[in-house]
Amino acid sequence: MRIKLTAEPGSARNNKTGSWRVERRPQFLQKNCSACRMCILVCPEGIVSGKEKNSFKTDYLYCKGCGLCAAVCPKKDIEMVPEETESKK
Amino acid sequence: MPEHLLSPGHTACAGCAQSLAARLVLDAAGPNTIIVNNTGCLEVFSTAYPDTAWEVPFIHSLFENAAAVASGVEAALRQNGKLSETRVISQAGDGGTADIGLQALSGMWERGHDILSICYDNEAYMNTGIQRSGLTPTYTSTSTSPASKSSTGNPRPKKNVVEIAVAHGIPYVATASAGFPLDLQKKVKKAMAIRGPKFLHVHVPCPLGWRHEPDQTYQIARLAVETGLFPMIEFENGKISGRYLIAKLKPVEDYLKPQGRFRHLFKPGAEAALKEIQEIANRNIERYGLVKTAT
Ligand SMILES: Cc1ncc(C[n+]2csc(CCOP(=O)(O)OP(=O)(O)O)c2C)c(N)n1
Ligand code: SF4
Ligand code: SF4
Ligand SMILES: [Mg+2]
Repeated sequence: MRIKLTAEPGSARNNKTGSWRVERRPQFLQKNCSACRMCILVCPEGIVSGKEKNSFKTDYLYCKGCGLCAAVCPKKDIEMVPEETESKK
Repeated sequence: MPEHLLSPGHTACAGCAQSLAARLVLDAAGPNTIIVNNTGCLEVFSTAYPDTAWEVPFIHSLFENAAAVASGVEAALRQNGKLSETRVISQAGDGGTADIGLQALSGMWERGHDILSICYDNEAYMNTGIQRSGLTPTYTSTSTSPASKSSTGNPRPKKNVVEIAVAHGIPYVATASAGFPLDLQKKVKKAMAIRGPKFLHVHVPCPLGWRHEPDQTYQIARLAVETGLFPMIEFENGKISGRYLIAKLKPVEDYLKPQGRFRHLFKPGAEAALKEIQEIANRNIERYGLVKTAT
């Protein structure tokens, strides 16, 4: 049997860890954001993006719902909401 | 070029500071980096077969020998005249660094390889089920040092691996924390600009093994520093050259209380153990000058 010993760079993206989220997901309110970038810095998945104020968002395909982005936001502009809540921003 | 050099889809626990710190380190080091990794959570969660989260070349061999493999990689780059553009990082957990990997690491430092070694210190053997390591703090409850009626947890002190590194006479040794991301990235950049062996010891809370909520990772990392239990310091050519001065010193209880691994210290009868932990913090503060003294 022959198996491949190398892997494509970044191929872990095949694994959609968003399915791990069962209870809560972050809601980026985009109201009082000052674009301090703390959420980008602390997200362990590296999936928060945004540049201008009130433009930050995450990628729910991979977000594990750890809540770190909400915990560090100095403007309280990220809220952890129950998974069923509508309007995914 | 992707925005980050460690991709999503890795299988670290939600809120894992080791996954956070590894991404910050690699983003600061840049794409011309080769990573050699000891066995441990970081290697396991980033390379679930047949995929990898790394956007740079990454080699895993054994639990104990990343430093030896990295030495070979560096020697080959040197031989081929490629060391000016391609850099090597050798990384491991606390067990891989301070226990089983220590002799390979010591050899690598001694031989003077141009490699940055990184210890992601989550203070136990997490990947195999929270066994105590040489970097587990005193009075931590782990699966091999469980707190019980007759025990207050790990009876031994946390090994001072930073000063072990300094004793090798290498040009740069520093500690950093997942709770201070920009400081961590600054130290990686500084280390990469220095030729020769460098060592960076990074404190990374582990929600699973430390038994805290995933969203507390950042805050707990900061409290370790702000209580004096994890000194943030830098040594250049054997002398202390930088320290994080604690502006508002906090009692060790603030750090210990949110963590399940220290829960037993808040039961009646554990007062002496708590006091001893405060004394460990006090000694760190004195040894490294972590608090501005009024003159
Ligand atoms: C020679 C050898 N002994 C034991 C193991 C089992 N093992 C794999 S990872 C690990 C613990 C790693 O602990 P640490 O280095 O602190 O990294 P962490 O998982 O905590 O990030 C152990 C004991 C192994 N792979 N090889
Ligand atoms: S909840 Fe966690 S994984 Fe999701 S975006 Fe926030 S920091 Fe990232
Ligand atoms: S066990 Fe700890 S170190 Fe390992 S992936 Fe989970 S949180 Fe990270
Ligand atoms: Mg460990």
